[in-house]
Amino acid sequence: MGLVYHGDLILAFRRWEQIAQPVVFFAMITTLVPLALSPELAQLRQIAGGVLWIAGLLAALLGLEFLYRADYADGTLEQMLLSGQPLALLSLAKTAAHWTSSGLPLVLVSPLLAISLGVPTDAMGVLMISLALGTGILSALGAIGAALTLGLRRGSVLLSLLVLPLAMPALIFGARGVDMAIHGDSARGPLLLLGAMLVLSLTLSPLAVAASLRISQE
Amino acid sequence: MSWTWFHKLASPPHFYRIAGRLTPWFGWPAFLLIVIGLYGGLVLAPPDYQQGEGFRILYVHAPSAWMSMFIYSTLAISAGIGLIWRIKLAHAVAAAAAPVGAWFAFLALATGSIWGKPMWGTWWVWDARLTSELILLFLYLGCIALRASIDERDRADRACAVLALVGVVNLPIIHYSVYWWNTLHQGSTITKIGKPSITFDMLWPLLTMIVGFTLYFGAILMTRLRAEVIRRERDATWLREELAR
Repeated sequence: MGLVYHGDLILAFRRWEQIAQPVVFFAMITTLVPLALSPELAQLRQIAGGVLWIAGLLAALLGLEFLYRADYADGTLEQMLLSGQPLALLSLAKTAAHWTSSGLPLVLVSPLLAISLGVPTDAMGVLMISLALGTGILSALGAIGAALTLGLRRGSVLLSLLVLPLAMPALIFGARGVDMAIHGDSARGPLLLLGAMLVLSLTLSPLAVAASLRISQE
Repeated sequence: MSWTWFHKLASPPHFYRIAGRLTPWFGWPAFLLIVIGLYGGLVLAPPDYQQGEGFRILYVHAPSAWMSMFIYSTLAISAGIGLIWRIKLAHAVAAAAAPVGAWFAFLALATGSIWGKPMWGTWWVWDARLTSELILLFLYLGCIALRASIDERDRADRACAVLALVGVVNLPIIHYSVYWWNTLHQGSTITKIGKPSITFDMLWPLLTMIVGFTLYFGAILMTRLRAEVIRRERDATWLREELAR
């Protein structure tokens, strides 16, 4: 399990563009908002939580497609199935590696983008925690989608169609939590709910991923 | 308890005949109940003291919303049966039910929106019930889209079954978060049409319509399943003999 995690990370960090692309995309969407709405910080602050969350979710979706694609193409996946190791745990390791290489960078750059939207520094902690939990949830749910759409034509569009409705609860509480923090309230409640969702999705999604991977290899 | 009847039911030739025989038993009562329910709802029931005659769209709206949820649970249960016992017919049920469910979800949204225009003054509000119904429609569309993009039937069946089960686990979470989101966000300008204590005159046509819609779903499901069985078993000899009769 550790090996899978480690190996995936090495592969990811050897291909910088794969890590950089979602981050740039995240920054790009955030830039679009002031251009489209208004450059006034007071106004941007009102919607910053939602904007950062939507941009973050979309950026995290970008990389999901590649989660199992290379393994599927070169036969690694078959080896994983035949290895006798519990497939659910292997997929959990892959999900964790995916989060480290796609979700974590987004979390790290989010304060920079948040400043540009006029988010006060007090809210940065909540923003980062909520995005960390949220991208984790998305990685776990997205892994199911990635496994289900393996090897399909136009799989990436389908993937977003499958995963986004499932991610809506996370968006609701994440964006709400950031919003509360921006207004100086305690964001404890939404963050706890996000944490609960993350635990639930990390517990159940590996089982669904394992089942879907088996189906894809028949 | 012997399970032979269950496995016998799951064999396509046997089921094909049973479904054919059952269709009118669902269809006619459904037709009768819907006609009675419509008459009761549109003519006999008294107009609402607040909403006047406009509330009568309830008699299509509420049963559709109920059906959209009922069909999703049918979908999920048959998907589970198909995955666990590897019964192909169960997957056929899921395949046949999904588009019907999507239409009912759409119908619930459309009638809700038409109802909303005169009552709330707008076609759409981000009300909790509307939003979760919309998400339900997205889940249906995801199921349909996934099935459509996988060519091998067996893989499509099982992939969709996994998706349906994932969806059913998520459905309560989505439902409650949408409710909380709604109460958190706005001291809603439109107070929900809570549960007014509905009089019996208004209630019985509604219940009749709900039972009628459910039976209608049974009839349409049987018909669609027969078509699905024909599609899946098109090379089988029994089907050729059956159709030649």
